[in-house]
Amino acid sequence: MIKKWLKLKIFGSGDDSALIKRNTTVQKWLQPLHTAWVGVATHKLRTFLTILGVVIGVAAVISLMSVGRGTQANIVSSVESLGSNLLFISPGSTSSGGVRGAMGSATTLTVKDAEVISEYGSYVTAVAPTNRAMLQVIAGSSNMRANITGVTTDYQQVLNLQMAEGDFFTEYQYQSGMRVAVLGATARTTLFGEDEAIGQQLRLGNIVVDVIGVLQSKGASMMGNTDDAVFIPLTTLRQTVSAQRTSTGEYTVNQIIVSLSDKDYIQNATAEITSLIQYTHNISEGEDNDFSITSQEDLIATITEATSSMTILLGAIAAISLLVGGIGVMNIMLVSVIERTREIGIRKALGAQERDIWTQFLIEAGILTLAGGIIGIIVGWVVSVLIQEVGNTTTLVSADIIILAISVSIAIGVFFGFYPAWQASRLNPIDALRSE
Amino acid sequence: MILLKDIVKVYPMGTRELVVLKGINLEVESGTMVAIMGASGSGKSTLLNILGLLDIPTSGTYYLEGKEVSHLSRQDLALVRGQKVGFIFQQFNLLPHLSALANVELGMQYSVGVDRKLALEALSKVGLADRVNHRPRELSGGEQQRVAIARALAKSPPFILADEPTGNLDSKSGKEIISILVDLHKERNVSLIMITHDPGVAQYCQRIVRIMDGQIVGDEKL
Repeated sequence: MIKKWLKLKIFGSGDDSALIKRNTTVQKWLQPLHTAWVGVATHKLRTFLTILGVVIGVAAVISLMSVGRGTQANIVSSVESLGSNLLFISPGSTSSGGVRGAMGSATTLTVKDAEVISEYGSYVTAVAPTNRAMLQVIAGSSNMRANITGVTTDYQQVLNLQMAEGDFFTEYQYQSGMRVAVLGATARTTLFGEDEAIGQQLRLGNIVVDVIGVLQSKGASMMGNTDDAVFIPLTTLRQTVSAQRTSTGEYTVNQIIVSLSDKDYIQNATAEITSLIQYTHNISEGEDNDFSITSQEDLIATITEATSSMTILLGAIAAISLLVGGIGVMNIMLVSVIERTREIGIRKALGAQERDIWTQFLIEAGILTLAGGIIGIIVGWVVSVLIQEVGNTTTLVSADIIILAISVSIAIGVFFGFYPAWQASRLNPIDALRSE
Repeated sequence: MILLKDIVKVYPMGTRELVVLKGINLEVESGTMVAIMGASGSGKSTLLNILGLLDIPTSGTYYLEGKEVSHLSRQDLALVRGQKVGFIFQQFNLLPHLSALANVELGMQYSVGVDRKLALEALSKVGLADRVNHRPRELSGGEQQRVAIARALAKSPPFILADEPTGNLDSKSGKEIISILVDLHKERNVSLIMITHDPGVAQYCQRIVRIMDGQIVGDEKL
């Protein structure tokens, strides 16, 4: 009714061009956008601080989460690169008088077990018993402490190791316990630098071995770092490190790696190998096993769990940054609305509706948080690339994290931009005008 | 035409009540220039705020152009205020971060819509054609008040209300402002209601209404 009266009056007066203009759709949408833009452009300090708050929060979430996710993806992929059809048999924890020793501390697993598995296992394609010792390795003037790993010829096939130089040792060399060694990529560089490695000699404890091959770099993995290791035949390792034997005279090993013809057989093979070893170890039904079998998938699950908690930790730190940024945005928004109460009063005196006022502040907050969000994504991305380059780790920027960070910051910005403005828009224009 | 009937305005002051307006009856014909005079605290500003729909009376009725506006919703008050009333304040009340032109356009934004041509016309009307891009702090007090006048008149409202428009100005600028307002009134036949302490300023008006303690105590036509 009021609108009709106003229109009639003004239309009737003949000067109606301006009123029509107010009612066109373009001006209805563009005017608030323009007003808000002017508000953003002219309050430079507020604009800067608000955008900064959002940028810090969003960039922190994106870069920290990219480190967590990247590390997780990196470890999982390096485990998977071993092949997903592997079973790892370790000597079980020794149980004596209720005290459990550390996993792998027992010396119950033997070369004999490996032979039994190889002979009777139905799904088994290769079996690789390994034994490890830390020894000082000396090559000319260089030396390093290295993980000396005694392996069989199958080890290369089981772990899918590629040669960079020379060859892996042969079955003949293994059987006869020849003093030969294959180096990991890092061990090669440490010991020989740029010089030729093949044909050089190494001193391992009390024996001297000839270098016959160098492995391609594979990075750290579940089996420890093959890059740092020196591989020699298991038979040769016994000549330098006093070999441990069980009471029945079998040589013990640290680990047996079994590769299966297909990963679908993991469960069946695990059951079969368990009963095989129970038989050779004389373990009857109901007794504790003195060994444990882990599959690749178990490992991945364990690692994922471990890295998840790291990712959660990083996520918590990131969430705190986002919150701190959000509180900053909230403060600035609250203060700026209080500061601008007089402006709100002036606008209302000029005929602004409450809706006009809060729309303006809402769009202002939207522009600020959106700009902050976009800059935050870029900064977060750049930081995560820098971390990858400088920190030499893998980072992974993921879409869900970007969306989460952006929505949280926009929600904070818009809510705290809107709410105080909405309250101020309801003020009596007189009171708003009086505020300084 | 403005018609006030038994307008009472009470402000709660803690447990007591402060009666600012004690039954004001006033009629202002369209196209007249009225001065409201009275001591500080006499209620003249409250009266002007009610006339300008910035405030609502506690009781009584207010007819604006024959329409009762004393019981409108906040939305409708804003609408009518925007279309019908132009304000000129003692404190100028310009937005400091906007240019003179943008301030004038702001006066049109919430009522008739921004029209740059009309805004520039209004600015040249008050003699600021060469000052359109200056910010308020780059202008003198008199110039700022002229921007405020341009802002009020750009939307061609039937009523212009001025609360001590020369109160913050030196006498020379004050005279300029008054002559602009008088010209405006003559040229556009706009109704102009103005609070002033200055009898010299009041002399330009056709009518002087005197208020004391919330009541009209004098009403003389010149």
